[in-house]
Amino acid sequence: MHPHGPETRGHGILGPAFTASVPVLLGYSTIGIAFGLLVVKAGLPWFLAPLMSLVIYAGAAQFMAIGLLAAGTDILQIAVLTLVINARHMVYGLSLLDRFAACRRFKAYLVYALTDETYGLLTTVEPPAGSKPESFYAAISALDEGYWFAGSTLGAVVGGLVPTALTRGLDFALTALFVVLLVEQIRSIRRIEPYAVAGAATVLAFVLFGPANLLVIAILLAIAGILPFRRRLA
Amino acid sequence: MTGYIAAIVVMGLVTLFCRATPFLFFLRRRPPAILDFVQRYIPPMIMTILVLNSFKTLRLDRAPFGLPEICSALVVAALQLWRRNALISIVGGTGLYMLLIRFF
Repeated sequence: MHPHGPETRGHGILGPAFTASVPVLLGYSTIGIAFGLLVVKAGLPWFLAPLMSLVIYAGAAQFMAIGLLAAGTDILQIAVLTLVINARHMVYGLSLLDRFAACRRFKAYLVYALTDETYGLLTTVEPPAGSKPESFYAAISALDEGYWFAGSTLGAVVGGLVPTALTRGLDFALTALFVVLLVEQIRSIRRIEPYAVAGAATVLAFVLFGPANLLVIAILLAIAGILPFRRRLA
Repeated sequence: MTGYIAAIVVMGLVTLFCRATPFLFFLRRRPPAILDFVQRYIPPMIMTILVLNSFKTLRLDRAPFGLPEICSALVVAALQLWRRNALISIVGGTGLYMLLIRFF
Protein backbone atom coordinates (compact mmCIF):
# COMPACT_ATOMS: atom_id res chain seq x y z
CA MET A 1 0.00 0.00 0.00
CA HIS A 2 1.19 3.47 -0.83
CA PRO A 3 2.30 5.39 2.30
CA HIS A 4 -0.29 8.11 1.71
CA GLY A 5 -3.10 5.69 0.94
CA PRO A 6 -4.87 5.22 -2.33
CA GLU A 7 -6.53 8.63 -2.15
CA THR A 8 -3.37 10.58 -2.94
CA ARG A 9 -2.10 8.43 -5.76
CA GLY A 10 -2.06 10.13 -9.10
CA HIS A 11 -1.88 7.10 -11.33
CA GLY A 12 -5.03 5.28 -12.14
CA ILE A 13 -6.60 8.64 -12.98
CA LEU A 14 -4.97 9.46 -16.29
CA GLY A 15 -6.25 6.32 -18.03
CA PRO A 16 -9.93 6.83 -17.20
CA ALA A 17 -9.57 10.59 -17.80
CA PHE A 18 -8.09 9.96 -21.23
CA THR A 19 -10.81 7.45 -22.12
CA ALA A 20 -13.50 9.92 -21.07
CA SER A 21 -11.85 12.68 -23.10
CA VAL A 22 -11.36 10.83 -26.41
CA PRO A 23 -14.54 12.29 -27.96
CA VAL A 24 -13.21 15.75 -27.12
CA LEU A 25 -9.87 14.76 -28.66
CA LEU A 26 -11.62 13.97 -31.95
CA GLY A 27 -13.68 17.16 -31.90
CA TYR A 28 -11.19 19.66 -30.48
CA SER A 29 -8.29 18.59 -32.68
CA THR A 30 -10.27 18.91 -35.90
CA ILE A 31 -12.11 22.09 -34.94
CA GLY A 32 -8.88 23.47 -33.46
CA ILE A 33 -7.09 22.86 -36.77
CA ALA A 34 -9.92 24.62 -38.62
CA PHE A 35 -9.62 27.53 -36.19
CA GLY A 36 -5.85 27.85 -36.63
CA LEU A 37 -6.24 27.70 -40.38
CA LEU A 38 -8.85 30.48 -40.34
CA VAL A 39 -6.60 32.70 -38.22
CA VAL A 40 -3.86 32.53 -40.83
CA LYS A 41 -6.32 32.86 -43.72
CA ALA A 42 -7.70 36.06 -42.16
CA GLY A 43 -4.21 37.54 -42.45
CA LEU A 44 -3.47 37.42 -38.72
CA PRO A 45 -0.05 36.27 -37.41
CA TRP A 46 -0.04 32.50 -36.81
CA PHE A 47 0.92 32.71 -33.13
CA LEU A 48 -2.32 34.51 -32.30
CA ALA A 49 -4.06 31.11 -32.69
CA PRO A 50 -2.22 29.34 -29.83
CA LEU A 51 -2.24 32.58 -27.83
CA MET A 52 -6.04 32.84 -28.10
CA SER A 53 -6.44 29.15 -27.24
CA LEU A 54 -4.42 29.71 -24.08
CA VAL A 55 -5.70 33.12 -22.98
CA ILE A 56 -9.37 32.90 -24.07
CA TYR A 57 -9.93 29.12 -24.39
CA ALA A 58 -13.53 29.38 -25.57
CA GLY A 59 -14.22 28.01 -29.04
CA ALA A 60 -17.19 30.06 -30.17
CA ALA A 61 -15.66 33.31 -28.89
CA GLN A 62 -12.36 32.53 -30.62
CA PHE A 63 -14.01 31.94 -33.98
CA MET A 64 -15.88 35.21 -33.52
CA ALA A 65 -12.62 36.95 -32.59
CA ILE A 66 -10.97 36.14 -35.93
CA GLY A 67 -13.34 38.40 -37.84
CA LEU A 68 -13.35 41.07 -35.15
CA LEU A 69 -9.55 41.25 -34.91
CA ALA A 70 -9.10 41.21 -38.68
CA ALA A 71 -11.60 44.07 -39.00
CA GLY A 72 -9.91 46.05 -36.22
CA THR A 73 -13.06 46.16 -34.11
CA ASP A 74 -13.16 48.49 -31.12
CA ILE A 75 -12.03 46.74 -27.93
CA LEU A 76 -15.11 47.68 -25.91
CA GLN A 77 -17.37 46.12 -28.54
CA ILE A 78 -15.21 43.00 -28.49
CA ALA A 79 -15.61 42.83 -24.70
CA VAL A 80 -19.41 43.13 -24.87
CA LEU A 81 -19.72 40.50 -27.61
CA THR A 82 -17.50 38.12 -25.61
CA LEU A 83 -19.68 38.67 -22.55
CA VAL A 84 -22.85 37.78 -24.49
CA ILE A 85 -21.37 34.69 -26.11
CA ASN A 86 -19.85 33.36 -22.86
CA ALA A 87 -22.54 34.38 -20.36
CA ARG A 88 -23.80 30.78 -20.40
CA HIS A 89 -20.71 29.81 -18.41
CA MET A 90 -22.12 31.66 -15.40
CA VAL A 91 -24.91 29.10 -15.36
CA TYR A 92 -22.49 26.18 -15.66
CA GLY A 93 -20.69 27.27 -12.53
CA LEU A 94 -23.95 27.36 -10.55
CA SER A 95 -24.38 23.61 -10.98
CA LEU A 96 -20.74 22.93 -10.08
CA LEU A 97 -20.63 24.85 -6.78
CA ASP A 98 -20.98 21.67 -4.71
CA ARG A 99 -18.75 19.55 -6.92
CA PHE A 100 -15.94 22.12 -6.83
CA ALA A 101 -16.42 22.99 -3.14
CA ALA A 102 -14.10 20.14 -2.15
CA CYS A 103 -11.49 21.21 -4.71
CA ARG A 104 -8.51 23.18 -3.50
CA ARG A 105 -5.32 22.83 -5.53
CA PHE A 106 -6.82 22.90 -8.99
CA LYS A 107 -10.00 24.88 -8.37
CA ALA A 108 -8.81 28.04 -10.12
CA TYR A 109 -7.62 26.00 -13.09
CA LEU A 110 -10.89 24.04 -13.27
CA VAL A 111 -12.87 27.28 -13.36
CA TYR A 112 -10.65 28.81 -16.06
CA ALA A 113 -10.82 25.68 -18.25
CA LEU A 114 -14.61 25.20 -18.07
CA THR A 115 -15.70 24.81 -21.70
CA ASP A 116 -19.03 23.32 -22.86
CA GLU A 117 -17.48 19.92 -23.48
CA THR A 118 -15.47 19.82 -20.25
CA TYR A 119 -18.57 20.90 -18.32
CA GLY A 120 -20.50 18.04 -19.91
CA LEU A 121 -17.86 15.50 -18.93
CA LEU A 122 -17.41 16.81 -15.38
CA THR A 123 -21.14 16.75 -14.64
CA THR A 124 -21.73 13.29 -16.13
CA VAL A 125 -18.63 11.09 -15.78
CA GLU A 126 -18.05 9.55 -12.34
CA PRO A 127 -14.46 9.74 -11.01
CA PRO A 128 -12.93 6.25 -10.69
CA ALA A 129 -13.49 4.59 -7.32
CA GLY A 130 -10.84 5.46 -4.74
CA SER A 131 -9.51 8.40 -6.73
CA LYS A 132 -9.51 12.04 -5.78
CA PRO A 133 -12.35 13.63 -7.80
CA GLU A 134 -10.39 16.90 -8.02
CA SER A 135 -7.42 15.21 -9.71
CA PHE A 136 -9.74 13.41 -12.12
CA TYR A 137 -11.51 16.68 -13.00
CA ALA A 138 -8.15 18.43 -13.48
CA ALA A 139 -6.85 15.62 -15.69
CA ILE A 140 -9.91 15.80 -17.96
CA SER A 141 -9.73 19.60 -18.11
CA ALA A 142 -6.01 19.61 -18.92
CA LEU A 143 -6.35 16.90 -21.59
CA ASP A 144 -9.21 18.81 -23.24
CA GLU A 145 -7.26 22.04 -23.20
CA GLY A 146 -4.20 20.23 -24.56
CA TYR A 147 -6.20 18.93 -27.55
CA TRP A 148 -7.56 22.40 -28.27
CA PHE A 149 -4.17 24.08 -27.93
CA ALA A 150 -2.39 21.46 -30.05
CA GLY A 151 -5.11 21.52 -32.70
CA SER A 152 -5.16 25.30 -33.08
CA THR A 153 -1.36 25.52 -33.15
CA LEU A 154 -1.16 22.76 -35.73
CA GLY A 155 -3.86 24.42 -37.82
CA ALA A 156 -2.08 27.77 -37.79
CA VAL A 157 1.34 26.30 -38.64
CA VAL A 158 0.59 23.47 -41.07
CA GLY A 159 -3.20 23.69 -41.42
CA GLY A 160 -3.01 24.01 -45.18
CA LEU A 161 -1.32 20.61 -45.39
CA VAL A 162 -4.08 18.65 -43.62
CA PRO A 163 -6.35 17.12 -46.28
CA THR A 164 -9.79 18.36 -45.21
CA ALA A 165 -11.47 15.88 -47.59
CA LEU A 166 -10.27 13.15 -45.25
CA THR A 167 -11.28 14.67 -41.92
CA ARG A 168 -14.56 16.26 -43.07
CA GLY A 169 -17.30 15.38 -40.61
CA LEU A 170 -14.99 14.40 -37.75
CA ASP A 171 -16.27 17.39 -35.78
CA PHE A 172 -19.57 15.50 -35.45
CA ALA A 173 -17.81 13.80 -32.51
CA LEU A 174 -18.74 16.80 -30.36
CA THR A 175 -22.43 16.52 -31.27
CA ALA A 176 -22.17 12.79 -30.56
CA LEU A 177 -20.56 13.58 -27.20
CA PHE A 178 -23.47 15.84 -26.25
CA VAL A 179 -25.94 13.12 -27.30
CA VAL A 180 -24.12 10.57 -25.09
CA LEU A 181 -24.08 13.00 -22.16
CA LEU A 182 -27.80 13.67 -22.66
CA VAL A 183 -28.56 9.91 -22.62
CA GLU A 184 -26.57 9.59 -19.39
CA GLN A 185 -28.44 12.55 -17.88
CA ILE A 186 -31.74 10.87 -18.80
CA ARG A 187 -30.51 7.72 -17.06
CA SER A 188 -29.78 9.54 -13.82
CA ILE A 189 -32.56 12.15 -13.80
CA ARG A 190 -35.72 10.32 -14.79
CA ARG A 191 -38.11 13.23 -14.98
CA ILE A 192 -39.58 14.55 -18.18
CA GLU A 193 -39.83 18.18 -17.03
CA PRO A 194 -36.20 19.42 -17.47
CA TYR A 195 -35.89 17.91 -20.95
CA ALA A 196 -39.29 19.13 -22.09
CA VAL A 197 -38.70 22.62 -20.70
CA ALA A 198 -35.22 22.86 -22.26
CA GLY A 199 -36.47 21.55 -25.60
CA ALA A 200 -39.34 24.03 -25.67
CA ALA A 201 -36.99 26.85 -24.58
CA THR A 202 -34.57 26.10 -27.42
CA VAL A 203 -37.33 25.96 -30.05
CA LEU A 204 -38.83 29.17 -28.71
CA ALA A 205 -35.44 30.93 -28.69
CA PHE A 206 -34.80 29.79 -32.26
CA VAL A 207 -38.21 30.92 -33.50
CA LEU A 208 -37.99 34.29 -31.74
CA PHE A 209 -34.31 35.19 -32.24
CA GLY A 210 -32.85 32.80 -34.81
CA PRO A 211 -29.60 30.86 -34.56
CA ALA A 212 -27.42 33.75 -33.29
CA ASN A 213 -26.90 33.59 -29.51
CA LEU A 214 -29.25 30.61 -29.35
CA LEU A 215 -27.40 29.04 -26.41
CA VAL A 216 -27.58 31.92 -23.97
CA ILE A 217 -31.20 32.80 -24.79
CA ALA A 218 -32.33 29.16 -24.59
CA ILE A 219 -30.57 28.69 -21.23
CA LEU A 220 -32.22 31.79 -19.76
CA LEU A 221 -35.65 30.69 -21.02
CA ALA A 222 -35.09 27.16 -19.68
CA ILE A 223 -34.18 28.41 -16.20
CA ALA A 224 -37.23 30.65 -16.13
CA GLY A 225 -39.32 27.78 -17.47
CA ILE A 226 -38.27 25.22 -14.85
CA LEU A 227 -39.18 27.48 -11.92
CA PRO A 228 -42.96 26.75 -12.03
CA PHE A 229 -42.14 23.03 -11.63
CA ARG A 230 -40.33 23.57 -8.37
CA ARG A 231 -43.02 21.96 -6.22
CA ARG A 232 -43.62 19.07 -8.61
CA LEU A 233 -39.91 18.24 -8.84
CA ALA A 234 -39.20 18.58 -5.11
CA MET B 1 0.10 43.95 -32.85
CA THR B 2 -0.34 45.33 -29.32
CA GLY B 3 -3.94 46.03 -30.36
CA TYR B 4 -4.47 42.33 -31.13
CA ILE B 5 -2.87 41.20 -27.90
CA ALA B 6 -4.83 43.74 -25.83
CA ALA B 7 -8.08 42.53 -27.42
CA ILE B 8 -7.17 38.89 -26.74
CA VAL B 9 -6.33 39.64 -23.10
CA VAL B 10 -9.63 41.50 -22.67
CA MET B 11 -11.53 38.56 -24.20
CA GLY B 12 -9.69 36.19 -21.89
CA LEU B 13 -10.57 38.29 -18.85
CA VAL B 14 -14.24 38.55 -19.83
CA THR B 15 -14.40 34.77 -20.39
CA LEU B 16 -12.74 34.10 -17.05
CA PHE B 17 -15.15 36.54 -15.42
CA CYS B 18 -18.10 34.57 -16.83
CA ARG B 19 -16.68 31.27 -15.61
CA ALA B 20 -15.66 32.51 -12.17
CA THR B 21 -18.69 34.67 -11.28
CA PRO B 22 -20.83 31.99 -9.56
CA PHE B 23 -17.86 30.70 -7.55
CA LEU B 24 -16.83 34.17 -6.42
CA PHE B 25 -20.40 35.22 -5.67
CA PHE B 26 -21.09 32.18 -3.49
CA LEU B 27 -17.64 31.99 -1.96
CA ARG B 28 -18.89 32.80 1.53
CA ARG B 29 -22.68 32.64 1.33
CA ARG B 30 -24.99 29.72 0.76
CA PRO B 31 -26.96 29.84 -2.48
CA PRO B 32 -30.66 30.56 -1.89
CA ALA B 33 -33.04 27.58 -1.85
CA ILE B 34 -34.45 28.45 -5.26
CA LEU B 35 -30.96 28.20 -6.76
CA ASP B 36 -30.44 24.90 -4.98
CA PHE B 37 -33.43 23.63 -6.89
CA VAL B 38 -32.47 25.16 -10.24
CA GLN B 39 -28.85 23.97 -10.23
CA ARG B 40 -29.92 20.34 -9.87
CA TYR B 41 -31.73 20.52 -13.18
CA ILE B 42 -29.18 22.65 -15.03
CA PRO B 43 -27.06 19.72 -16.36
CA PRO B 44 -29.98 17.85 -18.01
CA MET B 45 -31.34 21.11 -19.42
CA ILE B 46 -27.93 22.24 -20.71
CA MET B 47 -27.29 18.87 -22.40
CA THR B 48 -30.70 19.05 -24.11
CA ILE B 49 -29.92 22.59 -25.30
CA LEU B 50 -26.38 21.71 -26.45
CA VAL B 51 -27.68 18.79 -28.53
CA LEU B 52 -30.38 20.93 -30.17
CA ASN B 53 -27.88 23.77 -30.61
CA SER B 54 -25.64 21.44 -32.64
CA PHE B 55 -28.47 21.13 -35.15
CA LYS B 56 -29.33 24.81 -35.46
CA THR B 57 -27.61 25.24 -38.83
CA LEU B 58 -29.27 22.20 -40.42
CA ARG B 59 -31.18 22.88 -43.64
CA LEU B 60 -34.31 20.77 -43.37
CA ASP B 61 -35.80 22.32 -46.51
CA ARG B 62 -33.41 20.82 -49.04
CA ALA B 63 -31.60 17.52 -49.60
CA PRO B 64 -30.32 15.74 -47.60
CA PHE B 65 -32.80 17.37 -45.15
CA GLY B 66 -30.47 17.02 -42.18
CA LEU B 67 -30.84 13.25 -42.36
CA PRO B 68 -27.11 12.42 -41.95
CA GLU B 69 -27.01 14.41 -38.69
CA ILE B 70 -30.34 13.17 -37.34
CA CYS B 71 -29.74 9.49 -38.24
CA SER B 72 -26.20 9.54 -36.84
CA ALA B 73 -27.37 11.19 -33.61
CA LEU B 74 -30.10 8.55 -33.22
CA VAL B 75 -27.52 5.81 -33.76
CA VAL B 76 -25.30 7.41 -31.10
CA ALA B 77 -28.22 7.43 -28.65
CA ALA B 78 -29.19 3.83 -29.50
CA LEU B 79 -25.60 2.60 -29.11
CA GLN B 80 -25.30 4.40 -25.80
CA LEU B 81 -28.55 2.90 -24.51
CA TRP B 82 -27.51 -0.55 -25.68
CA ARG B 83 -23.81 -0.84 -24.80
CA ARG B 84 -23.35 2.11 -22.47
CA ASN B 85 -19.83 2.65 -23.79
CA ALA B 86 -19.32 6.30 -24.72
CA LEU B 87 -16.38 5.53 -27.01
CA ILE B 88 -18.31 2.97 -29.07
CA SER B 89 -21.30 5.32 -29.31
CA ILE B 90 -19.27 8.33 -30.38
CA VAL B 91 -16.84 6.61 -32.73
CA GLY B 92 -19.69 4.57 -34.26
CA GLY B 93 -21.96 7.56 -34.76
CA THR B 94 -19.19 9.81 -36.06
CA GLY B 95 -18.00 7.12 -38.45
CA LEU B 96 -21.53 6.68 -39.76
CA TYR B 97 -21.88 10.44 -40.17
CA MET B 98 -18.60 10.70 -42.09
CA LEU B 99 -19.80 7.94 -44.42
CA LEU B 100 -23.27 9.42 -44.90
CA ILE B 101 -22.06 12.92 -45.84
CA ARG B 102 -19.78 11.39 -48.47
CA PHE B 103 -22.60 9.50 -50.14
CA PHE B 104 -25.50 11.95 -49.85
